[in-house]
Amino acid sequence: MPLGCGGNKHMSATILERVTKVTCEELGVTESEVKPESRFIDDLGADSLDVVELVMALEEEFGIDIPDDDVNSLSTVGDTVTYIEKKS
Amino acid sequence: MPNPQPSGRVVVTGAGAVTPIGTGIDKFWANLCAGTNGVGPVSLLDVSDFPTRIAAEVKDFQPEDWLDKKEARRVDRFIAFAVAASRMALNDACFPDDHELRDDTGVLIGSGIGGLTLMSDQTKKLHEGGPGKVSPFLVPYMIPDMASGYVSIQERLRGPNTCVVSACSTGADAIGTAYHIVKRGDATAMVCGGTEAPINEIGMSGFCAARAMTTNNDNPAHASRPFDLHRDGFVIAEGAAVLVLEDMEHATRRGANVLAEIVGYGMSGDAHHITAPDPEGDGAVRSMKMALMRAGVEPGSIGYINAHGTSTQLNDKTETLAIKRAFGDTAYKIPVSSTKSMIGHTLGAAGAIEALICMLSIREGIVPPTINQFESDPECDLDYVPNAARKVKIDYAMSNSFGFGGHNVTLIVKRPGQR
Repeated sequence: MPLGCGGNKHMSATILERVTKVTCEELGVTESEVKPESRFIDDLGADSLDVVELVMALEEEFGIDIPDDDVNSLSTVGDTVTYIEKKS
Repeated sequence: MPNPQPSGRVVVTGAGAVTPIGTGIDKFWANLCAGTNGVGPVSLLDVSDFPTRIAAEVKDFQPEDWLDKKEARRVDRFIAFAVAASRMALNDACFPDDHELRDDTGVLIGSGIGGLTLMSDQTKKLHEGGPGKVSPFLVPYMIPDMASGYVSIQERLRGPNTCVVSACSTGADAIGTAYHIVKRGDATAMVCGGTEAPINEIGMSGFCAARAMTTNNDNPAHASRPFDLHRDGFVIAEGAAVLVLEDMEHATRRGANVLAEIVGYGMSGDAHHITAPDPEGDGAVRSMKMALMRAGVEPGSIGYINAHGTSTQLNDKTETLAIKRAFGDTAYKIPVSSTKSMIGHTLGAAGAIEALICMLSIREGIVPPTINQFESDPECDLDYVPNAARKVKIDYAMSNSFGFGGHNVTLIVKRPGQR
């Protein structure tokens, strides 16, 4: 699973868990539905407003800023974990 | 498509309610007749700094029972109430899951204020974190028309979809407006009513500042005392009531149970003051007279008046005067009760809740009381059905609703059957 990008494996699992938890809360899905390859819109039923809310919740969870220009590249859970690893 | 041949008569075939004295019609009605008090200390927020620390909150309601988890967490409480009351009303009406009928069925659920809790919370986020911290759901779930919008999506009702806002007469105006829509055939049926969830920091602060609410914090059970000499303001409350209005012929054809017929809708403006009623009750008199004229009945036919009766000094005095002016000596023979003595004042929901009470009173032959009548006010000298429900056969019942802005609305409902 290409989550690590050379980073600390334990950290990666933690970030994935945290992204999964936030995704479940914001999109009303269960943990078993959220996989690294899950697409927020096509697989997890998010609409454009859900995505804005999800991004805000992730910013809060990880204490980072996610500029609008970056949001389009975060289409899956795995993309998002990788992005957050790079930012943190 | 509009109804090409409306019967011109509009009946109520279903109802749902979320109130401080019960969610669901049966529980609500039983508590009304028992004179149950719905007022207590505020639990929804910390009010230790507020001059008023009591309210009538809905206690037996969980948004998750009516919405999926994600939506239950997001929507403002006024929307959740509307969804629940609408579902109850459609179930009560045994409303068919028919595509064409749902094309011809609209939604008109008003709210006096809309999503004030969400507005208040998101304003804090703006101040704390800047514009980037404001939720994308603020606007859609704050706007008062979203009760109608949301219910239409949930129930797939694709007829006329709109909202009226007239402060504390909103619920009555919503029913009156929906009545006209069905009567003229722009819809075969309308899901209509009022919803409100104003118990939050900014709502409580605003009404405290307007000096409209009681400060009888030590005695919540006796705080809402409409027409009583020692009344000192209204008790803020939350809730919703929704009705299914239907063209009479359509209802008859599908064998629906009819709760009541709507026969009169009167409305007027005081043109006097932003919050105080006209001291002579002129606007209220004209609203009641218009409703009587539209219903085609004499004042003596009205068997029960559900008063606006807020428990403020001004409203109860001027409403009493207005009823006497509109009804003449007959006024003394008609039972007039204020169910706000039990429910508190649900603002934009009140007119819908109270129209529903009129219909249930006709069906059950019982007038719910005005509780907390201890010492009479010489200026309030009608028969307020003090402290205990009464058996009365009623053919026509009237509900008054008045709102900040000088709105006066009167609805008249009738026992189903011949005219």
